[in-house]
Amino acid sequence: MIEIQDLHVTVGEKEILKGIDLSIRPGEVHAIMGPNGSGKTTLAQVLAGRIAYVVTKGRVTYDGKDLLAMRPEDRAREGVFLAFQYPVEIPGVSNAYFLKAALNAIRKYHGQEEIDAIDFVSLVEEKAKLLALDESFMKRGLNEGFSGGEKKKNEVFQMAVLEPRFCVLDETDSGLDIDALRLVAKGINAMRGPTRSMLVVTHYQRLLEYVAPDVVHVLVDGRIVKSGDADLARNLEKHGYGWILEEAPRPEAARA
Amino acid sequence: MAVPVDAKDAYLSEYAAFAKDLDPREPAWLRTARDAAIARFKETGFPPPKHEEWKYTNLGPLLRVPFRTSGAEALDGVLAEHLEPLGFGVLKTSLLTFVNGRFAPRLSYVRYLPRRVRIMSLAEAIEDDPGALEPHLGRYSPPDGNPFVALNAAFMTDGAFIEVPSRTEVEEPIHLLFIHSRTEAPHVSHPRNLIVLGEASRASVIETYAGGASEEYLTNAVTEVSVGAAASLDHYKMQREGDRGYHMGTMAVRQARDSQAACHSFSFGGLLVRNVVHTLFQGEGGDLRLNGLSMTSGAQQADNYTRIDHATPSCTSIELYKGILNDRSRGVFNGNIFVRKEAQKTNARQTNKNLLLSQEAWVDSTPGLEILADDVKCNHASTIGQLDENAVFYLRTRGIDEEAAKNLLTYAFASDVVNQVRHAPIRIKLDQLVLARLPRGASLTERVAG
Repeated sequence: MIEIQDLHVTVGEKEILKGIDLSIRPGEVHAIMGPNGSGKTTLAQVLAGRIAYVVTKGRVTYDGKDLLAMRPEDRAREGVFLAFQYPVEIPGVSNAYFLKAALNAIRKYHGQEEIDAIDFVSLVEEKAKLLALDESFMKRGLNEGFSGGEKKKNEVFQMAVLEPRFCVLDETDSGLDIDALRLVAKGINAMRGPTRSMLVVTHYQRLLEYVAPDVVHVLVDGRIVKSGDADLARNLEKHGYGWILEEAPRPEAARA
Repeated sequence: MAVPVDAKDAYLSEYAAFAKDLDPREPAWLRTARDAAIARFKETGFPPPKHEEWKYTNLGPLLRVPFRTSGAEALDGVLAEHLEPLGFGVLKTSLLTFVNGRFAPRLSYVRYLPRRVRIMSLAEAIEDDPGALEPHLGRYSPPDGNPFVALNAAFMTDGAFIEVPSRTEVEEPIHLLFIHSRTEAPHVSHPRNLIVLGEASRASVIETYAGGASEEYLTNAVTEVSVGAAASLDHYKMQREGDRGYHMGTMAVRQARDSQAACHSFSFGGLLVRNVVHTLFQGEGGDLRLNGLSMTSGAQQADNYTRIDHATPSCTSIELYKGILNDRSRGVFNGNIFVRKEAQKTNARQTNKNLLLSQEAWVDSTPGLEILADDVKCNHASTIGQLDENAVFYLRTRGIDEEAAKNLLTYAFASDVVNQVRHAPIRIKLDQLVLARLPRGASLTERVAG
């Protein structure tokens, strides 16, 4: 479903991603772990189309299409979704209006009619229940005054309503208490299916206890230095990132 | 080509003719006030470009147009259906319409009113009951500070007079509609409104200023308001002048003890616009909300000057003015809160926020506090910024295109001023006006806020 080849990304003057290769098939959940500053968020943002992040080399193919040539809104309409690490607050635009506008923009792109008002309400109610969000939530300004946990829940809620096919979750577990973490994980798991792929970016293994990944990659200094199964995540939790750095082959060798 | 006449001399010589034609039965005090005002104007004239209060406002283009007070006759008939877009949908209001500054009874109606409430044209009040005007007219907005106020005081002939007796509530808003309709030569109207609310009374007044897009004209309006003890006023100014219209508007408010006033100024139209609001607390416990929103584009300039005079203790004023400027338009915010020595326990907050949508747009923001009392809670804040790129990106990652995302954020910026409006139909109308003025076309079509 998504094929990343030798991706190099520069932010400002600095090269952050130094040749990423990653392939995710339909239905798979991949986790990217790595210490702070390794380039996890840059990878997530560049997949969503952040303009300030300049791709200097490499390519990303999504469903056979050149993802990097697409505008952020078209990526979203084609089914790419990024759950932000730091969702933006937009007072004055209600959650309900925002979500309806997003849903209709996606539907329009696919030649579908705008969603009926009643259908929209029942869709939203169904998905809100999943994340235990109360009614007043839809009337509030988008993320306005939300706690960290509420914002993360809102990201997963949006994902549930928009039903993307490729989900990138950037540190969705950070700042969550255990109850919120369980709800968010439940929301994510409810979306797993044979046609949907996920890339879960996280610093800790915590979320992966609830959302079991098929493949775990370790990102260090802009390169994937190790890939493995869920056990790799547990090892990282136990031993930290230090041993990987020592054991990791030289980047040139890794790509050969 | 005609030789340009000095604007000041033109107004002075027109006043001489105007005064000759005045109704000889007009009360002496009013005639004296007119003469004093024109004498004052003769002394000061129009401000030179470097004048402290006018340095950000280039009056040049306005002074080059030979506006005349005479020749108010509209060349085209104004029909009731022309006024419909200037109304507020389902909102039931009494309506006083003025065409080129003159009351148009044919286009006006007064709905049911509680006993002894008076809504009438100022011309009628001058003729029938000048005694009711004398204690107020010209006293809240004296002609000494501002040449346009002085000209209004000299030339005023019509406008609205609203009087609400004590302990009376006027439920439905009163809409005062001032429209410019095509005239033979460039016309200036000098509407003067007087609103007097008795003790513990309540009323809502809307002033709308509108005109066609093709003509140069000047509206030089003054509104004087007295809010009695424990009385409550909601006031809305909808400035929707035509694209080539000029608007000089002053509003002066006096608040007695425990009174409440919420004054909203929405400024959309006009080529050069100046909205001035001066308020004065004259008793303890007064409460004032001052809200403003300006949206400009093209070569428009909209200036907002506000002055809140805390002369008495324990009053609260909360001011929020926002500007949205596109293209090469300009704007001024100049806010002054004056807390006198006696005005202990004052609570004053002033906020001015500006959103620049283009590189060429320009705003001068000068917030100000002058505090002579020592036991007060006052603060002010002023910001000038652009759309948040992070927010634009966030919306785009949800499938909303870049134009729509920018529109949505611009709308959101305006919404907290719009949401201060108590009457839902007025809020809905304002939403439409804001949406229609978004720079990238009306890609948003419905109410966005919760």
